[in-house]
Amino acid sequence: MKHLSRDSRHPVSFELNGRVVEGFSEPRMLLCDFLRHEIGATGTHVGCEHGVCGACTILIDGKASRSCLMLAVQADGTEIHTIEGLTRPDGSFGILQQAFHENFALQCGFCTPGILMSLSEFLKDNPDPSVEEIKVALSGNICRCTGYTEIINACLDAAAALRASKAEAV
Amino acid sequence: MPEFVLPEEIREGDTHVGRRMLRIEDRSLLRGEGQFVDDVPVKKGTLQAAFLRSPHAHAEIVSIDTSEAEKLPGVFAVLTGREAAEQTDPLIVGFENPIDYYGIAVDKVRYVGEPVVAIAAVDRYRAEDALELIKVVYNVLAAAIDPVEAASEDAPLLHPRSDSNCVSKRNFVHGHPDKAFADAEHTTELTVRYPRNSITPMETYAVISEHNEETGGFDVLSNFQGPFSVHTVMALALRIRTAALRHRSPKNSGGSFGSKLVIFPYIVVLCVLARKARRPVKWIEDRLEHLSAASVAPNRVTRTEAAYNSDGIVTALRLTHWDDHGAYLRAPMPAPIYRMHGVSTNGYNIRNLEVTNHIMMTNKCPTGAVRGFGGPQLYFAVERMMHKISTELGIDPLDLMQRNMIKADQFPYKAIAGALLDSGDYLKTIEETVSEGGLDALRQRRDEARAQGRLYGIGFAACVEPSQSNMGYISTLKTGMERERAGPKDGAVASVTVSVDALGSVNVIGDSVPQGQGHQTALSQIVADQLGLEPNDIVVSLDTDTAKDGWSIAAGNYSCRFAPASASAAHQAAFRVREKMARIAALRLNVPPGDIEFSGGKIHAANNKDNAIPFYRVGGLAHWSPSSLPDDVEPGIRETSMWNAPELTPTTANDEINTSLAYGFGFDFCGVEIDRDTGVVRVDRYVSAHDCGTILNPGLAEGQIRGSWASAWGATFLEEFCYDDDGAFRSGSFAEYLVPTATELPDFQLVHPTPHPSPYTRLGAKGIAEGNQYTTPVCVANAVADALGIEDIQLPLKPAKVLQWMQVAEPAPSQGGTTAIAIEGKSSAIDGSGDMHVPASPQEVWDLLLDPDQMARLIPGCERLEQSGDGRFNGTVMLGVGPVKGRFEVAIELTDLDEPRRATLTGTADGPLGSSRGQGSFVIEPDETGSTVRYDYTVELSGKIAAVGGRLIKGAARQLIDRFMRSLVKQAGGGTESEPGPQRSGFLGWLRRIFGGRP
Repeated sequence: MKHLSRDSRHPVSFELNGRVVEGFSEPRMLLCDFLRHEIGATGTHVGCEHGVCGACTILIDGKASRSCLMLAVQADGTEIHTIEGLTRPDGSFGILQQAFHENFALQCGFCTPGILMSLSEFLKDNPDPSVEEIKVALSGNICRCTGYTEIINACLDAAAALRASKAEAV
Repeated sequence: MPEFVLPEEIREGDTHVGRRMLRIEDRSLLRGEGQFVDDVPVKKGTLQAAFLRSPHAHAEIVSIDTSEAEKLPGVFAVLTGREAAEQTDPLIVGFENPIDYYGIAVDKVRYVGEPVVAIAAVDRYRAEDALELIKVVYNVLAAAIDPVEAASEDAPLLHPRSDSNCVSKRNFVHGHPDKAFADAEHTTELTVRYPRNSITPMETYAVISEHNEETGGFDVLSNFQGPFSVHTVMALALRIRTAALRHRSPKNSGGSFGSKLVIFPYIVVLCVLARKARRPVKWIEDRLEHLSAASVAPNRVTRTEAAYNSDGIVTALRLTHWDDHGAYLRAPMPAPIYRMHGVSTNGYNIRNLEVTNHIMMTNKCPTGAVRGFGGPQLYFAVERMMHKISTELGIDPLDLMQRNMIKADQFPYKAIAGALLDSGDYLKTIEETVSEGGLDALRQRRDEARAQGRLYGIGFAACVEPSQSNMGYISTLKTGMERERAGPKDGAVASVTVSVDALGSVNVIGDSVPQGQGHQTALSQIVADQLGLEPNDIVVSLDTDTAKDGWSIAAGNYSCRFAPASASAAHQAAFRVREKMARIAALRLNVPPGDIEFSGGKIHAANNKDNAIPFYRVGGLAHWSPSSLPDDVEPGIRETSMWNAPELTPTTANDEINTSLAYGFGFDFCGVEIDRDTGVVRVDRYVSAHDCGTILNPGLAEGQIRGSWASAWGATFLEEFCYDDDGAFRSGSFAEYLVPTATELPDFQLVHPTPHPSPYTRLGAKGIAEGNQYTTPVCVANAVADALGIEDIQLPLKPAKVLQWMQVAEPAPSQGGTTAIAIEGKSSAIDGSGDMHVPASPQEVWDLLLDPDQMARLIPGCERLEQSGDGRFNGTVMLGVGPVKGRFEVAIELTDLDEPRRATLTGTADGPLGSSRGQGSFVIEPDETGSTVRYDYTVELSGKIAAVGGRLIKGAARQLIDRFMRSLVKQAGGGTESEPGPQRSGFLGWLRRIFGGRP
């Protein structure tokens, strides 16, 4: 394992939503802090910093991960997807975003980035999920505004839309 | 979902109000482009703040040494409470009281998590590094924790300027309760304890403060939610003109549920810190800080007495409340208890009432607003009592409730404590809910379950749901004479500004400080209707700026203010714009202004749509051609409504108060089943109905109800801030303070009863966001009472607690007597004892134990240990559990020395992770091959280490002590030691060790 000196800043580079981004980080800097304050990708939110609330969930090499439980330097060389990458190139909503919109599946929107990323990973492997399966997929994300019902409905709608469109990404 | 019926004037034509319009807010939020405080770009050079917080519930601050912290590179300012107190005045509350509160501890700490030192450094990481270098010496005091015990004479006193922890006691008599109790056929009583909880928004507190040399004041950006009456409190504390405190809030706030009201003490401290640092300072609260020290709803003990007759009619209620506000009062506390005063009799026609309010100080986190604001506590007491009376009379609980309900022809109904209930038909709402929700089928289900020997119960609860608070209600706490001296306080002004520019574009700003409720969407619907436009034509900006917006003291987002107040203000402002534009258009169209209509982006004659002028043209005339306007019409189009309702009158001489403007009605029933083996209470079926008058947008309204259900279910089953008897805080992470996730939250049936619009709001709308906070906890509690046949139900319904009730439910439950207020004993102490054989003589063992060098080798993680006096040792120890590691300053004292036989050992360990105090003793006895050492110990933990990992830490501490004893044996010459271990053995002991059960 590479040893990084504690008091200096080290170059960190990864692919964020299809673009290479670069910055410098102390070894102890959390990935969520690096994303938000070094890169300026403030779409990912930080809710608890102890890995329970799920607001900071992002996809690292395709896997949903807590960006508050990982150091920025550990993300060097990875491929990261965040909420900012869900919007289509023409600026319109992707399938999951649209389903959230139509189902009133967000209120304050603070937990939403993590929930969207958890579900985008989930739907990739579960094109036709049951309500129970969706609940389990959401169990690592806390939402205090909605009561989850609208989120579950949005996920069902998104799954149906995905199946109909045969699209691969949400 | 059935259609909502709208009032006549709104139903005319095709209105946007009432439509399930999709949210405007989603456009940015779903793209990750929201703007929360921490997303707002800051000036280069902005510092980050962090707070050193008290590990103790109650202690004198003997000394604070910040010298090492100040030397750390990157640290710009260090602020102690004493220094802050020199530069600010105490934060005032609405009545004379003995509390000097500065938002940061001065000389004394009064709860775990209280700020002691604030630091500003180049980033949060360095600020936290600096915290670890601060040395604080505390003199720990006994803590007052239980609100009833705290009132006793020998309780530890929090505030020295008072002779009691009860800082306000008021008695209210409405009607003739004494006579009603004397005349009643029956009386009964029930004491309930409502727990301490919050709704913990996903976004924590966030503040950016900066000193402004031009004004001598401060510029602040934060997620403060109002009421803006608190703006005055901040400015007074900072000793600046109110206008020199410029507060802005960004357009998004990540939920609040009331909690972001009491962010204001932090704002004051951070202003002082920024001035000292001479730089902007930003503070983003972390989750441990939020859970331990932000805001909670007051827990409350209520003794309810009722007088009733054999026909089930309740003639009088007597409510005695002990409202636990923690360590300090922060404005507008103790508002929750007074906000509900007018509706103390809920939706019942009870004409005799006595209320006694004790406002209690304890060594816990100070309180603030939490969704429901005094309602859950009150209705838990009242609705549990209705259930108890029904049981005593053998009448069905719903039947009893219906017999006492206010009837439709009594509206508007003046409740005995002063609430003017505006509209409703409670019996009809119940009837519709029972029918649509299938109560008959549920009763059958209960009968079937019981026939099979299962524990099944049905519960009911009703609530009057107040919205738009009267800003004068807190004055009810004062006596009539005090009120007269202070001058009248009443009303609740809401402000919305609508402007139309030269191209006819419409801009709306308002004072509602949304936190996710969709206010932008609803306001665009209201204004579009008035101006004949589409909601998409309206730009609504709800970020706030006290230097530029129209606002008054009631501004903000609390107590369901939006639907009655902000919606009315928007309606009125848009109506004024419409009137002005109609006058301008009338001149062009040659018809009287009264005959002008707005639709489809045009302004036209009512009887001839072709006689029209485009909306944008009138906007253009108002800006580009003042000369073409009617003589008395000012140029430009910008109307601000400062809307108020005349029904919000001040407290009367008899202490009657119309606490809110509009009162909705909620009614719930549910079926629960209790698992006999585990004590788990499962909600089998839940039905909830809400009459909140006009629904502005069903999508938004339903979201509020479902959200309220979720947090109310959490309060019922999971959520509680736990403190030990010594005040140690136990709920510092989301692993300890449990909140509902998708997997455990059950669904429920939402019934839409016939709405009864408010006659006092411009659109007939009432609040809707708090109903389930009132009904759900007590509805489920009533169902549990029905299932178990007991009345002493305490939330949250944790299985272990329910199991205990099931054990005592077998014999008949005993109730009553004024001594019924039992205090639940709790202790976090880690204790244990053991013995072992050491292959050395007692004298050898003794010498070992008293030699600091030897001990330094034996104590796990010991870096240094020195003798500092006779029997006194000081040192540093590095201890950790998993990834949590910290350095502790250790002080040990040996007393009662009886060489080489016995000694008593007391010690403390203090560090950034918290603090611990311990006591132990050992006895050395000679045996055949050396000595036997018998020992026992008790260790108490406090601070961060206790808050985030109580259960883990307990196990770890036991292991450390065991390791120490083993090392001792080894050091003394090895050999075979008997297994040291905790006192308990067997399967139960093993379970307790694993799960850290309390002794």
